[in-house]
Amino acid sequence: MLEALEGSQAIARAVTLCRPGVVAAYPITPQTHIVENISKLVADGRLNTELVSVESEFSAASVVLGAAVAGSRAYTASSSQGIMLMAEVLYNISGLRVPMVMTCANRAVGAPLNIWNDQQDSMAVRDSGWIQLYAADNQEAVDSTIQAYRISEATELPVMVCMDGFVLTHTLEPVDIPDAAVVDEYLPDYTFSRTLDSADPISLGTLVGPDHFSEIRHSHHQAMIRSQEVIVDADNEWAKRVDRTCGGLLTVEGPADAKTAILAIGSAVGTLREAMEVYPQRRKVKLIKLRCFRPFPHEALREACEGLTDLVVLERAFSPGAGAIIGTEIRASLVARGGRQPKVHSFAIGLGGRDIPLETLPRVMEAIKEPSDEDFAIFDVELDKLPAEDR
Amino acid sequence: MLEIKDAQRLAELRRKHGREAQADPAAPVAERPDIRRRQPRFCGLESGHRACQGCGEALGARLVTETAGPDVMIANATGCLEVFSTPWPESAWRVPWIHSLFENAAAVASGMEAAMKSQGKRTKVIAQGGDGGTFDIGFQALSGMLERYHNVLYVCYDNEAYMNTGIQRSGSTPHAASTTTSPSGSERMGKRHLKKNLLAIIAAHHVPYAASASVAYPVDIRRKVRRAMDVEGPTFLLIHSPCPLGWGHDGAMSIEIARLAVQTGLFPLVEFERGEVVSVMPIRQPKPVAEYLKNQNRFRHLFNDKDPRALEEREHLQALADYNIDIYGLRGDGPDVMDTDGVDTVRRGGPVQVM
Repeated sequence: MLEALEGSQAIARAVTLCRPGVVAAYPITPQTHIVENISKLVADGRLNTELVSVESEFSAASVVLGAAVAGSRAYTASSSQGIMLMAEVLYNISGLRVPMVMTCANRAVGAPLNIWNDQQDSMAVRDSGWIQLYAADNQEAVDSTIQAYRISEATELPVMVCMDGFVLTHTLEPVDIPDAAVVDEYLPDYTFSRTLDSADPISLGTLVGPDHFSEIRHSHHQAMIRSQEVIVDADNEWAKRVDRTCGGLLTVEGPADAKTAILAIGSAVGTLREAMEVYPQRRKVKLIKLRCFRPFPHEALREACEGLTDLVVLERAFSPGAGAIIGTEIRASLVARGGRQPKVHSFAIGLGGRDIPLETLPRVMEAIKEPSDEDFAIFDVELDKLPAEDR
Repeated sequence: MLEIKDAQRLAELRRKHGREAQADPAAPVAERPDIRRRQPRFCGLESGHRACQGCGEALGARLVTETAGPDVMIANATGCLEVFSTPWPESAWRVPWIHSLFENAAAVASGMEAAMKSQGKRTKVIAQGGDGGTFDIGFQALSGMLERYHNVLYVCYDNEAYMNTGIQRSGSTPHAASTTTSPSGSERMGKRHLKKNLLAIIAAHHVPYAASASVAYPVDIRRKVRRAMDVEGPTFLLIHSPCPLGWGHDGAMSIEIARLAVQTGLFPLVEFERGEVVSVMPIRQPKPVAEYLKNQNRFRHLFNDKDPRALEEREHLQALADYNIDIYGLRGDGPDVMDTDGVDTVRRGGPVQVM
């Protein structure tokens, strides 16, 4: 049944359906509503979980790590500075191959202090060894959260479900919250192969020297690559039950013969979808929605880019001094394939909460007509606001 | 549970490697070497780990785990204890054990405890770390764990510096001690700051039980661990643990030096309940602080007779010890039949006469 729910509220309900044994979190805008909603569900007796209100994000991640290795399904959520503070633990969780799910309510990272949406936070931890799934809308965020537990526990890799702060977390949308029975059947009870148990003691997190470190890192890398199948399978199995999909690793929409494609991630996809219904450019443009950023779906992307002459990559983060993050990875992936490649136009857009309006579609299409040597630009930057020497 | 064939295999290996003592039927029963071995005794930290000779922390961890018993699980901070006990693929632990990071042992333990609660299990969670991981970098997580009232015993093995990284000063390093980041020299007399009074800060969290102990007093450690294990809530033990490498003394002297730290009043053994001092280990005849300092290289610069600052700093440390003796009332009120000082000490010539 569809309900009008705020994104955060919907996530709290989705988490409830997954029956976590332990939830730990620390408040940070725009993630706060998720934890507030979970706290209320606990207070009202609708969610039976050990809710640990910690003294920092660092401890939030550490608490869920402890809980997961001690045999309980665990959940946490954060944003921005909180993700940065957690970073050390995030690497630790994935390195220990501990299954868990967290929501990243995407927000800019300061300075300058800015509480609004972009994706610099989750991009900053892209190498942490977590699976990263990006939600285009709140329904996807709900479905991905449930799928994430199934993926995580099957692969022993932690999963970060990224949803744009405010744009999704604070927006009311009609969302279908699935029946508990459906989720219970879809999501088996929590198991972890290396659960700490005093009846069968094991040691976790031991010191590994140069003689085995590369091999352990290799196995982590391989596990990430192999998880693509599990991610697709989890989405397919979910689709069988609720008759909708999150789009596996990525989806391609629009005319099959289009030679130009725009690739986006997160809620910008929703905006572009809308724009495709309004502007005449829709006849010439495909829309590629990248849902799974880690593991990076090389194969699926190369397939999606087959026959393209131009690929526009819009992302809400970048690497100062280098340029695009996703755009650079895509270009590298396409070059590795060889043969004819589309020209990749990389833009950062919508930083620090700047709106991405519908007109973005025609403006982008216009911009790429002009020949340019630039690999990358911040699309919506207004240079007249800067002193001349900073432009 | 061991399968029968595994047990047979184990017995075979033990015989092969001489772990099972061959009892001499002719020897008197009490002298048979396998008597001690047959005592029912749980060993949480096995021998064979890579700690230095005379390591106070290894001794402390063994005493804590053997007292706490097998139904525990441990969250261990980064540090010597973690490194010497678990060089992959080996582990010296016979209890479930996890090392995550340097500064989060208390938070990981909080999560493990929450999981136990969530699953309705009673396994006690122990967090442990050195003074760097407790006084300094892990302090915030520890404070949070205490405030949230997790049923966790936190044990800090206090060897008064970052020994694992090569003897750098920590918040626990005593005043005037020389470390690699507080070396003595023409402009400095070792660490310029005081040792943080962590136990008082812990006690200020109003926790049910917090105590200091010393590896020189194993009976006392065992009693305090049992006391902490009985509490349903956050408890804290600060165990003074000599580090022969970092303190610069002979490995064979560890116990002697740890005992002097207590007997001089520099490391008072006290117990707090709900923020109140409920018990202290009295020192009837405090030893001069110099006796403790003189056998450790970290204080060697305090015995340079040509340097006027040396005497000044020795007096400063004596004043700190006197202060402890005073505020905790360590002298006691005359002879006390319950006084445990020295009861577990075997000395030539019989027990020391209390004046």
